[in-house]
Amino acid sequence: MELHVAGEKVYAYAGGKSFDPALPTVVFIHGGEQDHSVWALQSRYLAHHGFGVLALDLPGHGRSGGAPLKRIEDMANWIVAVLDAAGAKSAALIGHSMGSLIALETAARFPQRVSRMALLGTAFPMRVAPELLEATRKNEPAAHDMINVWSHSAYAHYPSNPGPGFWVPGGNLRLMQRQKAGVLHADFAACNNYAAGLERAAQVKCPTLLLLGRRDAMTPARAAQDIAKAIPSAKVVTIEDSGHNLMAEKPDEVLDTLVAFLQVA
Amino acid sequence: MAAPRTLQFDTLSLHAGQRPDPVTGARATPIYFTTSFVFRDADHAAALFNMERGGHVYSRISNPTNAVLEERVAALEGGVGGIATASGQAALHLAIATIAGHGSHIVASRALYGGSHNLLSYTLPRFGIETTFINPRDLNAWKTAIRPNTKLLFGETLGNPGLDVLDISSVAAIAHEARLPLLVDSTFTTPYLLRPFDHGADLIYHSATKFLGGHGVAIGGVLVDGGTFDWEASGKFPELTEPYAGFHGMDFQEESTVAAFLLRARREGLRDFGACMSPATAFQILQGVETLPLRMQRHVENTRKIVDYLGKQTGVESIAYPELPSHPDYQLAKRLLPRGCGAVFSFNLKGDRAAGRRFIEALKIFSHLANVGDARSLVIHPASTTHFRMSDEALVQAGIGPGTIRLSIGLEDADDLIEDLSRGLRAAQKG
Repeated sequence: MELHVAGEKVYAYAGGKSFDPALPTVVFIHGGEQDHSVWALQSRYLAHHGFGVLALDLPGHGRSGGAPLKRIEDMANWIVAVLDAAGAKSAALIGHSMGSLIALETAARFPQRVSRMALLGTAFPMRVAPELLEATRKNEPAAHDMINVWSHSAYAHYPSNPGPGFWVPGGNLRLMQRQKAGVLHADFAACNNYAAGLERAAQVKCPTLLLLGRRDAMTPARAAQDIAKAIPSAKVVTIEDSGHNLMAEKPDEVLDTLVAFLQVA
Repeated sequence: MAAPRTLQFDTLSLHAGQRPDPVTGARATPIYFTTSFVFRDADHAAALFNMERGGHVYSRISNPTNAVLEERVAALEGGVGGIATASGQAALHLAIATIAGHGSHIVASRALYGGSHNLLSYTLPRFGIETTFINPRDLNAWKTAIRPNTKLLFGETLGNPGLDVLDISSVAAIAHEARLPLLVDSTFTTPYLLRPFDHGADLIYHSATKFLGGHGVAIGGVLVDGGTFDWEASGKFPELTEPYAGFHGMDFQEESTVAAFLLRARREGLRDFGACMSPATAFQILQGVETLPLRMQRHVENTRKIVDYLGKQTGVESIAYPELPSHPDYQLAKRLLPRGCGAVFSFNLKGDRAAGRRFIEALKIFSHLANVGDARSLVIHPASTTHFRMSDEALVQAGIGPGTIRLSIGLEDADDLIEDLSRGLRAAQKG
């Protein structure tokens, strides 16, 4: 579906159904240089199981207009503006990687708008290795190679994503390549520069799930320990056999964990 | 932190898409001989049918053994995924049927495998799909043949039988300017010699019967989506960008930014046309893919020796191999195919059809049959077999003469092959 925020087009995949703000809303927030399609299975499932789903393309990503926002804080403001545009009073936020920082910032500053949140492949600080950050600016193909290797724990995924016969690292690489020039560096710089994580974590009031990959080389599971401790009553689930690209490497485990989390009264 | 290494081609040939079986520990890819797969519960079943979960339902749509082959070939090609089909012809049909229908038009190279030519020239018109055939070397012809209803540009990496080298980047640029995808038959080159996605192609298919399988034991095809083409921006493919009543109203491009084509091809094409691959075949072809780099090196090494030998024989009028300076695509081949121009080529014997027959019948190692890409060396006389349906005029246009012999060079000892060919040449000249 198409929304508008600050005069720019916002694209949101509603999971193959019409978005109904009267249902419990779930907002999916993708990571750096990606788009809504990283959530294809999980978002489609929830949309067909009683939730109103908005899997967003962040500004400048995928089908959304505008330029990428430079700060996580601005992205959080934008999420609230999207909720307003969609007519959703509050929502569960599910964010991956950069998207997890956006969810955290939004939940802390706008507690009345966030009912619960799930942070996937998260870490704080989300520092980007200097050579990778440099490559995002000067040499995107080299950066893509680094990200793709560090994001996957294996070269075979069962049942693969979005289904059998899809080569997960190839799909991830092409999705990055399909984004506009400059998006990659803007996103990674935003993650690298975000400093308020622990402060915001302490302000979180809603139920929180951290869903981590034991073999994540982009945001290693141990790098989420501080933030997990800082968020009151955060629950941590670690998938043993997954890297950073959890939704594609372990789509069923991710979905089952999210369903259990969202269904808790 | 040192930059990580992406896995190289030889490693992907052995590992992409497969790891030790999580239940049994089997190291090699098991053959999953089952038609269907048990659902966990009713909700799991519904989720699988509605593409809310990935997984296997029925082996016409997907099978774990086939999935390994599909993902491995996609990895080798640098694509986003693949679909294994009953044959190379089924892969071509699936590619076309996914984005074209009644009233559609295709622009294709005229230097095609005879079977592809039949499909486009005689069979698809019955279903309302027309094709304009053009000289693949004439870039302007590609451009001017495009019509408002054109859906696809299509050529072979190495044309049949003259080994016209497809100028992939130039043809892709013409296609993309017209907001159309380029489909490439990559059977003769395999991803070891050429990766068409790296040069701008959008879709690739293989007759996996040939070099991918490599042993002449199984018929199969693989269709690979590069994930490069923006169907939404093109605006010419409502099949992929508008809700499809035949699959829960799914808008495939919305569902997957990079693999809309592949989603529809599997969810509609495999489901409805049903030209799926047997898991036994997938296993057999996988055995070939595991040694593809080694075999292709040897195929090319032997081919170069034989081309060199034939070039020195008085009974040979001409040889069409793009590594020879006499070939019209010599310069293009140097750029596109530095690892070699494959192991299938044609040469013209001096003499008439009878000389061709004497040549073939004198051979002891080369097998006379209608296939290429076997571990064994093969020979055929196109005018009387693969291209027998074509008129004389069309034959000439496709570069075939009465004495044209096509060889597929295998993995035998090159000197044994040369001795065999010398026997054939002596017999041909005796007439």
